Amino acid sequence: MNAELLRVEDLVVDYPARGGAVRAVAGVSFTVAPGETLGLVGESGCGKSTIARAVLQLVRPTAGRVLLSVNTGSAGSAGSAGSADTGSGVDLCTLSGSRLRACWRQVQMVFQDPSASLDPRWTAWRLVAEPLTGFGLAHGAAARTRAAELMDLVGLGADALDRYPHEFSGGQRQRLGLARALAVQPRLLICDEPVSALDVSIQAQVLNLLADLRRRLGLALLFISHDLAVVRHLADRVAVMQAGRIVECADAETLYAQPQHPYTRALLAAVPVMPLSAGSGAPL
Amino acid sequence: MTDQPLLAVHDLVAGFRTDAGFVAAVDGVSFDLAAGAALGVVGESGCGKSALAYSIARLLPAAGRIQSGAVRFAGVDLATADERVLGTVRGRRLAMVFQDPMSSLNPYRRVGGLIAEPLRRHLGLGRTAAWRRAVELLTQVGIPDPEQRARRHPHELSGGQRQRVLIALALSCDPHLLIADEPTTALDVTVQRQVLDLIAAERGRRGLALILISHNLGVVAGMCDRVAVMYAGRMVESAPTAALFRDPRHPYTRALFAAVPRLGGARGQALAAIPGQPPTLTADRRGCAFAPRCPHAIDRCRTEAPAERVVADGHRLRCHVDLPTGTPP
Repeated sequence: MNAELLRVEDLVVDYPARGGAVRAVAGVSFTVAPGETLGLVGESGCGKSTIARAVLQLVRPTAGRVLLSVNTGSAGSAGSAGSADTGSGVDLCTLSGSRLRACWRQVQMVFQDPSASLDPRWTAWRLVAEPLTGFGLAHGAAARTRAAELMDLVGLGADALDRYPHEFSGGQRQRLGLARALAVQPRLLICDEPVSALDVSIQAQVLNLLADLRRRLGLALLFISHDLAVVRHLADRVAVMQAGRIVECADAETLYAQPQHPYTRALLAAVPVMPLSAGSGAPL
Repeated sequence: MTDQPLLAVHDLVAGFRTDAGFVAAVDGVSFDLAAGAALGVVGESGCGKSALAYSIARLLPAAGRIQSGAVRFAGVDLATADERVLGTVRGRRLAMVFQDPMSSLNPYRRVGGLIAEPLRRHLGLGRTAAWRRAVELLTQVGIPDPEQRARRHPHELSGGQRQRVLIALALSCDPHLLIADEPTTALDVTVQRQVLDLIAAERGRRGLALILISHNLGVVAGMCDRVAVMYAGRMVESAPTAALFRDPRHPYTRALFAAVPRLGGARGQALAAIPGQPPTLTADRRGCAFAPRCPHAIDRCRTEAPAERVVADGHRLRCHVDLPTGTPP
């Protein structure tokens, strides 16, 4: 079994700016194994969201490769990405049109603000069924049935099928965004600050759901957040970004217990901590 | 206590006109704040913590009003005071810092001019003296190169610097009370740390009283002597900070603490999510608002709102149930 689902090599992303370019991502490399969760943390403007978009080619990288393995065993129906497999995978940077779209079946994304990705005039089931019809996976009644299954998967009841986005709470809208992303059975889910807009009690619900889905579906996650505690909770490995570069990458336990890079240490030291509470039973 | 508190909020009910009639965002809140003391107010979106801050300063938007109750501050009841009196209190003895500094700083004005304005208005300083004092204040809040920065416009500063400017503006007339509504929520964690340190230092130096509104339990724990937890417009529990975190009594407080992922918590375990949703403001208000989500609720919780009772020294609770110390949420 191939040990890598995604391999990003020397990724560089420049944004055009007055009098030149701004380098948002300055040579970043990492891998994500099947079923693994890689956390990406850093402060605003460090380039973490740009990486998410560059992996999917929503912004085109200036340089580097984004290799997606096509034949890794997984719960999702992998299928052929319809491109020449170089052995280490297809380089998404070289694809466009239908061949790139085919790869989007393998890699899906969940955004911070679910409302912005949900058409307010569409009912919930149509929103969830859209990727199914778009990729030709199901149509008509079958799509509605599958949408109902997906909504059940993310904890939305059957009564939610015919409701509109504004009738859902923030946490429920994020569940809807998850159901949409999971509709095509991706192997990798990129989550860009998926719980940052949610209150802690709802945030805990969505984090638990993500952990549960990951286990049940064998999903790999690229989990992006500014919140070190949230990333620690979910990630197997963590990469710390500063000014467009990964300054430290280690397994979660090690990174939080023995941060090596001064920036990682500064970040961890700056987090305001709650004193011990008897009620939670959790040590500080 | 014979000392008159600096601020005494009594049974405050404030809210908004809506199509469905008046809804109370703040529903019977009472507390005292001594001079120089710091109270943290925590809770989730819509719990009324910002509405409480805005009602105390009488800055509710046009659709909002104070329905009943009193806000005694420095000998004046702000709840009923007229605009002329409010104008002499706000910005002078009572100052506020908001989440988004960009929306509270006039983008057309230079930073120095913005800070000089209350100095001229409240303290009667002349143009040159006010400008000089503004530069001093910018120095105090740690703005590098303050002479130059005073001539800049707000958009030319970073988010952290804008929040420092807002703090300089709030402190300009030496207030007795600073109300800070999510002052660091829009900031990165390292900048947040700097701004919190600044507020703490200024508080210590000036003997300023502080009401710090935040959704972040860690932020209030490090900054305040006392913490109050709000849920659906009510203060459900308040206690000295150490006591609240050591021995939370309200089921909601416990659930809230347990739902937060922590840097030192167990990895990989499910978080203790609170089932359901917070109630809407228009929901049935007869019982305890947390009862539908509460694992310890009894019949009485659904019919009768719990009155506030004192369960330990300075530890106030609105709950019918007595949970033994250390019970899981």
